[in-house]
Amino acid sequence: MVGDGEIAIVASCPSIFSVVGSASLKFGDKAGDFHNKNAKMIHFVLLISRQGKVRLTKWYSPYSQKERSKVIRELSGVILARGPKFCNFVEWGGYKVVYKRYASLYFCMCIDHDDNELEKLEIIHHFVEIMDRYFGSVCELDLIFNFHKAYYILDEILIAGELQESSKKTVARLITAQDSLVETAQEQASSISTIIAQATK
Amino acid sequence: MALSGMRGLSVFISDVRNCQNKEQERVRVDKELGNIRTRFKNDKGLTHYEKKKYVWKMLYIYMLGYDVDFGHMEAVSLISAPKYPEKQVGYIVTSCLLNENHDFLRLAINTVRNDIIGRNETFQCLALTMVGNIGGRDFSESLAPDVQKLLMSSSCRPLVRKKAALCLLRLYRKNPDVVNIDGWSDRMVQLLDERDLGVLTSVMSLLVALVSNNHDTYWSCLPKCVKILERLSRNHDVPQEYTYYGIPSPWLQVKTMRALQYFPAIEDPNIRRSLFEVLQRILMGTDVVKNVNKNNASHAVLFEALALVMHLDAEKEMMSQCVALLGKFISVREPNIRYLGLENMTRMLMVADVHDIIKRHQAQIITSLKDPDISIRRRALDLLYGLCDVTNAKDIVEELLQYLSSADFAMREELALKAAILAEKFAPDLSWYVDVILQLIDKAGDFVSDDIWFRVVQFVTNNEDLQPYAAAKAKEYVDKPALHETMVKVSAYLLGEYSHLLARRPGCSPKEIFSIIHEKLPTVSAATVPILLSTYAKILMHTQPPDPELQDRIWAIFNKYESCIDAEIQQRAVEYFALSRKGAVLMDILAEMPKFPERQSALLKKAEDTEIDTAEQSAIKLRTQQQTSNALVVTDQRPANGSLPVGQLSLVKMPSISSTAGANAIDQGLAHADGTLSIVDPQPATSSADLLGDLLGPPAIEDPPGAAVSAQQNVVPGLDLEGASNAADALALALVGVQSNSVQPIGNIAEKFQALCLKDSGVLYEDPYIQIGIKADWRTQHGRLVLFLGNKVTSPLDSVQALILPPTHLKMELSLVPETIPPRAQVQCPLEVVNLRPSRDVAVLDFSYKFGTTVVNVKLRLPAVFSKFFQPISLAAEEFFPQWRSLSGPPLKLQEVVRGVKPLSLPEMANLFNSFHLIVAPGLDPNPNNLAASTTFYSESTRAMLCLIRVETDPSDRTQLRMTVASGDPTLTFELKEFIKEQLISIPTPTPVPAPAHQHQNQQHHRHSLQGQLQV
Repeated sequence: MVGDGEIAIVASCPSIFSVVGSASLKFGDKAGDFHNKNAKMIHFVLLISRQGKVRLTKWYSPYSQKERSKVIRELSGVILARGPKFCNFVEWGGYKVVYKRYASLYFCMCIDHDDNELEKLEIIHHFVEIMDRYFGSVCELDLIFNFHKAYYILDEILIAGELQESSKKTVARLITAQDSLVETAQEQASSISTIIAQATK
Repeated sequence: MALSGMRGLSVFISDVRNCQNKEQERVRVDKELGNIRTRFKNDKGLTHYEKKKYVWKMLYIYMLGYDVDFGHMEAVSLISAPKYPEKQVGYIVTSCLLNENHDFLRLAINTVRNDIIGRNETFQCLALTMVGNIGGRDFSESLAPDVQKLLMSSSCRPLVRKKAALCLLRLYRKNPDVVNIDGWSDRMVQLLDERDLGVLTSVMSLLVALVSNNHDTYWSCLPKCVKILERLSRNHDVPQEYTYYGIPSPWLQVKTMRALQYFPAIEDPNIRRSLFEVLQRILMGTDVVKNVNKNNASHAVLFEALALVMHLDAEKEMMSQCVALLGKFISVREPNIRYLGLENMTRMLMVADVHDIIKRHQAQIITSLKDPDISIRRRALDLLYGLCDVTNAKDIVEELLQYLSSADFAMREELALKAAILAEKFAPDLSWYVDVILQLIDKAGDFVSDDIWFRVVQFVTNNEDLQPYAAAKAKEYVDKPALHETMVKVSAYLLGEYSHLLARRPGCSPKEIFSIIHEKLPTVSAATVPILLSTYAKILMHTQPPDPELQDRIWAIFNKYESCIDAEIQQRAVEYFALSRKGAVLMDILAEMPKFPERQSALLKKAEDTEIDTAEQSAIKLRTQQQTSNALVVTDQRPANGSLPVGQLSLVKMPSISSTAGANAIDQGLAHADGTLSIVDPQPATSSADLLGDLLGPPAIEDPPGAAVSAQQNVVPGLDLEGASNAADALALALVGVQSNSVQPIGNIAEKFQALCLKDSGVLYEDPYIQIGIKADWRTQHGRLVLFLGNKVTSPLDSVQALILPPTHLKMELSLVPETIPPRAQVQCPLEVVNLRPSRDVAVLDFSYKFGTTVVNVKLRLPAVFSKFFQPISLAAEEFFPQWRSLSGPPLKLQEVVRGVKPLSLPEMANLFNSFHLIVAPGLDPNPNNLAASTTFYSESTRAMLCLIRVETDPSDRTQLRMTVASGDPTLTFELKEFIKEQLISIPTPTPVPAPAHQHQNQQHHRHSLQGQLQV
């Protein structure tokens, strides 16, 4: 019965009557939003090749290992089958998946059904542009052999399923700084190992 | 740019790529996993650098889709490596492999915390990123203050602070208490002044999450948001690197407008004006351009602006602009824009009165229903569904039917259900409805659930005019060579009941009807055979004078099935055979099915329950909320009804009926404004038993609708009698209901009231437009209630009036109630209560408002009841007994034997007492069958007064007990005694319980009758 449910909600949250007038009331809440009622976030990012191979996965909502495999399997089936002239949105299991194909790769983001689709679509493009700049005309091979770089870059763009930086320049600068940190450390390591090697000769 | 220094990894990746097939790949991967496992086992000699290599390999293998069930510990342990390269790998791989529920993560909390509070900026970033991506509740509890510090710190650079903002957002999602601290809203205001747009973007995401849960606290952020939006939209002071294809950070614009949608309304006229200027500029100034990214970004902003306009629902002028824009969008070729146009049009239907304007685009929408892209088809279907009304139902439903034959499987069930609902809701005439459903079954039988054909049977049964038509239609279908089984079922049922009405038409003699139905028998499953047998029995009964040849044939069939392995079929065969030999008696037993009681359409319910898809639930919701003009059937449905869902279809002209037992009991004593009580037409209620139950359910003669009802009334606690005999007593106000309103309340008012008698906050009343909540605080004889009047819709509610009708013992003062509640706003009206003397009378709130031209007036009991002035006190034996003895005899101590008590076990009874603050002291009374309880009562006349209660129960007869009540005030003693009596006799608390139990019972009853349908 409707009434009971409402009362239960009211009783459990201290700001009781905030239910009234919230936007969630307007568009209807998705019961299956299993993580947070009010989270309008990217639940995961998925890169799959045309052959259905996974090139990157990043989960911002807690999916178990089993769920992850299931999601990938189901979603590749849905997205790879879509025609080139179709729209970039797929309604899928109570969520929406915004995707875009670049050459042989499909970039997918799973969002809530009432989130802003086009905005997320351009986050994908933003990500691709940054990688393009970093690798110099990025291709699938770059992402295969340097998959860890893709993760570094993604971490500078998204946190908690939200956009953290929309300036390409800033992201590029941070990634370069990280790279040089790693390199310096390695040079040091190798010079130390040379010293040790020489000393123990 | 190869993996510097990680040749092994590159080689491995190449190897995997060179594998000819999946099997080879598996062999290679297994080998590598074996290798890594061995290395990790001899952990001793492994340097961080080596670990790093293996951990990357693990991640790669994991990405390929193989189970990697070891090595998590190694990944986590890298987090504590001292050097950046290893630490970085540790953080990143951990956040990829594990999710927030993983136990290993807890082990890392200390290291992570040290990195966050340490001075190394790069380490801070790594830690914040991981916590932001996979931090769970544990992290929330231990890290939130540190993360807050970083976010607020003026010495931290933007790159740390933006990560801190999003990290905090994650922690907040896991545990909202992390920002429920004093002054956090002020800090948010301060953060919105941020100059760095990267930080501001992250902060805005955080704000969206905060206001979506609790906008009240963050009012002060609203002006800042509007400022930010203004600045962006004018491209004022936005660094080049933050423009995206020439658009000033579209993401920040979208986020800001999203945040604004969580505030119910904007009251400050200046801020409002500025915001509308911005919105106007966005709506008018967005053009379609060639560059796809620019186009997407500008439209992302535009659609968010549309959503904000819909939310603020301001000047109608702007709304029509929005509709015009959407009209343009749904006709463009570009699929994304068309998709979003359709989606937003559906949303607009829900918030604004634009039905007629959108209807003009119907043809265009139907085109999209045939789009090759299923995403677009879904949106179009949903929009059509929302758009349908009496005027266009024929077109739309026929369009859906046509589409049904070519639709893909993924959509058929949804389509069938929606078509059925629309046909039912908006049928211009009944025969059309029958046509539609039969077509539906014919075209998509596999996707037509039983509910759908049950429903059509209900209609036909309840509308005599329709019966010959339906029978003729059914005959037409049965004449076809190939038939869906569902069609066989429904046709056989209809022909069994009504084919005699066709008798004079050619080809419709009983014999012929029997033959065409019987032809189908070999093709149907065991579930359908019983229906066919019933049909044969009915045909036999209708054949007057009897036709010996037909009789022989049918008897032969019954004979054949007498040994059927299926018990249902067997039983029917045996019984029908026996019955059909009884001659005239058969006529009575097989008489026409009685009419079905009116009820909510099970289809609508189903549509609400089904999770076909999310966005369209919106439209379904809309459907169920709609008041429909119903051409379909006549009904004199009673307007005032506690729990009848709105917008439902009434089956047939029937006397007033209420849908639940609980409401019925209360409706018996419907009180009028002047306080006099009138007994409402005691037409019995009819249960809302399950559908199937009714369809095949109770045999006509044994169980006419009325009989079921009288039984049901027993289920209802004896409240009605009490009320009726006690007209002068205010208790009879048990329900003060909604009177002659066309707006139906949501949920049961009486139940809400009962719930509020036991707790201090909750919803008092709700309908599609308004929600009235109550929060109360009781101290001694004083009470402070706050009424929360929440406007649920996007237009204002006018002529709001709240009048308190207090009983004489309460002094009540309601603060001023504003005449208008703005769209989506909530107003709070404090109400002061002073209890002057003991009484069980109840105060009533006479509340009315106007929505459009509809005036809604409700009278609601206020939960300022007797028991609210009790304060629990528990007494020890040495305090209790002297008091008990000192109060001797009437009128201070009253004793009564109460009969007809609802049987309760002692613990249950103790709970009941405790829930009213009558605190039971266990063991106080030496007799284990007795209860002793005490409380303090507060009023102006009595001040704090101790009340003592003793209940002696009879274990052999739980329906009676002896009760003794004592206090220092005769009125109090009397009132308290009566109060307790009421509680014991009516037990109002678990009112919802009887209903489902009863339904269940009914269901069982039905099963029984199904099998023994014809037993005499």
